[in-house]
Amino acid sequence: MRQVAIYGKGGIGKSTTTQNLNAGLGEMGKKIMIVGCDPKADSTRLILGGLAQETVLDTLREEGDDIDLDQVMREGFSKIRCVESGGPEPGVGCAGRGIITSIGLLERLGAYTEDLDYVFYDVLGDVVCGGFAMPIREGKAREIYIVCSGEMMALYAANNISKGIRKYANTGGVRLGGLICNSRNVDGEAELVSSVAKELGTQMIYFVPRDNMVQRAEIHKQTVIQFDPESNQAKEYRNLAQKIDDNDMFVIPTPLTQERLENILMEHGIL
Amino acid sequence: MVEVKTEILSKYKAKVFKSRKDHILEVDSSKAQEIAANTRAIPGIMTNRGCCYAGCKGVVLGPLKDTLVLTHGPIGCGFYSWGTRRNKARPDENGENFVQYCFSTDMQEPDIVFGGDKKLRKALQEAYEIFHPKRIMICSTCPVGLIGDDIHAVAAWAEKEFNITCVAFSCEGYKGVSQSAGHHIANNGLMKRIIGTDDREVEGKYKINLLGEYNIGGDGWETERILKKVGYKVVAIFTGDGALADIARSHKADLNLVQCHRSINYVAEMMRDAFGTNWLKVNFIGLKATADTLRNIATFFGDSSLMDRTEEVIEEEMAAIAGDVAYFKNRLEGRKAAIFVGGSRSHHYQELLRDFGVTTVLAGYEFAHRDDYEGRRVIPNLKEDADSKNIENLVMSKDMRYRAFLSPERAAELKEKIGLENYEGLITDMPDGTFVVDDLNHYETEAFIELLKPDIFFSGIKDKYVIQKGGVLSRQLHSYDYSGPYSGFKGSLIFGRDLTMGLYAPAWKLVSPPWAQKNEKLSQDGLLREDSDA
Repeated sequence: MRQVAIYGKGGIGKSTTTQNLNAGLGEMGKKIMIVGCDPKADSTRLILGGLAQETVLDTLREEGDDIDLDQVMREGFSKIRCVESGGPEPGVGCAGRGIITSIGLLERLGAYTEDLDYVFYDVLGDVVCGGFAMPIREGKAREIYIVCSGEMMALYAANNISKGIRKYANTGGVRLGGLICNSRNVDGEAELVSSVAKELGTQMIYFVPRDNMVQRAEIHKQTVIQFDPESNQAKEYRNLAQKIDDNDMFVIPTPLTQERLENILMEHGIL
Repeated sequence: MVEVKTEILSKYKAKVFKSRKDHILEVDSSKAQEIAANTRAIPGIMTNRGCCYAGCKGVVLGPLKDTLVLTHGPIGCGFYSWGTRRNKARPDENGENFVQYCFSTDMQEPDIVFGGDKKLRKALQEAYEIFHPKRIMICSTCPVGLIGDDIHAVAAWAEKEFNITCVAFSCEGYKGVSQSAGHHIANNGLMKRIIGTDDREVEGKYKINLLGEYNIGGDGWETERILKKVGYKVVAIFTGDGALADIARSHKADLNLVQCHRSINYVAEMMRDAFGTNWLKVNFIGLKATADTLRNIATFFGDSSLMDRTEEVIEEEMAAIAGDVAYFKNRLEGRKAAIFVGGSRSHHYQELLRDFGVTTVLAGYEFAHRDDYEGRRVIPNLKEDADSKNIENLVMSKDMRYRAFLSPERAAELKEKIGLENYEGLITDMPDGTFVVDDLNHYETEAFIELLKPDIFFSGIKDKYVIQKGGVLSRQLHSYDYSGPYSGFKGSLIFGRDLTMGLYAPAWKLVSPPWAQKNEKLSQDGLLREDSDA
């Protein structure tokens, strides 16, 4: 079982990329579980076709500890199992603690079955506190992919997340598998992301081009592979899935200093 | 004797040594001495300190009898602060007394994740429906601060919903360096929300408040008995057997008596600035101390009939106990004591011990600030650090109801004569060659006992039994070992009796194990006898 966590700056397309990539892996016959780690609980919408999902934490709140797995887990496209951690409304409580509680609960409920090839964690935004680092602590997720683009703030975030990974690399054994560039059509984007990846000691594992097909599929609450299997974008996501399935480059990242990061951006004409 | 300090510090590694050396001093009146205090305890050191929540809920708010104090947090914070302080209270005329209860929201994991404010509302609702309190104080614990529950908004909701007084205190345990931060937060809340909210006149002459008296073991009752006997009208007590209903009118008093300087001097200062109420440091622990205190209070009012009555009361009270005092003094004279308590008692009890001929060789505070050691004159020079800046410091402006009881000339005169609005601190009252230690820890306790060989070590539950297992009597000055009161004239006798019983207990003869004894054996009844075969 490979446990994978997807991180990246907010709004960069983590959930979209994760679900499209999982649709590709699902087509390949892989058995997958997606754990959404975002209080908004929208990490599995495309796989489930928009099906409203009871979150793990909602169940905990309403039913007490006496809950069954089938209350919180639904199967969607390609028999991908979907779970949403859920969490508090904005401005109250502790979403980080929620993720810790939720993953612990899923383990005790036996969600992590032997037959799974992949568990994906789709994690909210940057690594903001201990709770959001939960998937990479204590050896939960072993490999991390960071979704980014050639935009400055996305790369700042990627560098910050690398610091988080480095912190837990020795205790939890987590490794960075690569950067996924979700293109924003920035000039020289692939080269820039590649060179930042190289400085981090990793790779740009795939460059996903920008295509309105993704938005069209999203409106229909589907992944591109399900919505239009013959489209070029569907092929791109299949390629990404293959790359990840074949990946054998797992590193402890070497985060850049602020100065070095800015220099690279400057070299590529962003700053 | 310089070697004592050197010897104790010698066991520390460089970093700890550097910090601890400034917290320990040998008294030398020939120079101005400075001590480090109110700084962070060192990780790994067994400190006796408590937390901010303990200071706010446990010390200052807990003793209020007409107030339901609700702990917002996991159950442990509420449970372990339940009934531990021995602050006694009798029901008021409405039969209200919440002191024996423990109220908690019992936060659970889902409350942390989704926010605890809903459960807090529910708890307030339940508390109101069952007990119909007129006043509820909400005390915050660590997780509440971490997840950011807006307890102040909930308190405002409760005031409207139930038409009660409800005040929330952000006294999360992690704030500040010790429980001292909690005292300050509680003081601020009382000043902002309670004091001066009831303007009904208070009948009576010589109106006073008693501040920093928490009625441990009934101390406040003995003090109040004496004050009433002299002829004072006690408006409010902060807060032992106290009521917020009285504290709301406390600005009607002419004088604030400050017993525990550390925990309540903020209210005294703020009331002086806002309402013009003068304050006087008092000590009702000890015979001479009580008599001196009574004379100082009478001098403040400056009324000759009051002064005569004061002398009468002192004479009558002293005469009633003179025989017993002489007996206990005879049994105790020449003994040596060490005292390590909170923020004021280590000073107060030295006076009582002196009455019985016991000298104090070591004294220290858990959480005092430099002014408690060196006197209030150091306050302008105190350096604020990140920890103290984290606690709100209220600056009061003159209230519309401000009134000066004394003329400026008289006030200046009394500052000289009775130390009005001043406290000289612990160090000036200790003889040369004795030791003062801030935030004493378990290692230092054992080391000092070995080097200074006190006959008795006054402390609390955290180290009492360690000390007694080492063969030295230890009495708790937080709980009085379920005895008391120790204050005033009658309390002094109880103290003398307890101390005598402790020191003369046959148990101490059993401290040496049988194999270390010569010509002695344990008899069937457990007492030591001379070996008759020898």
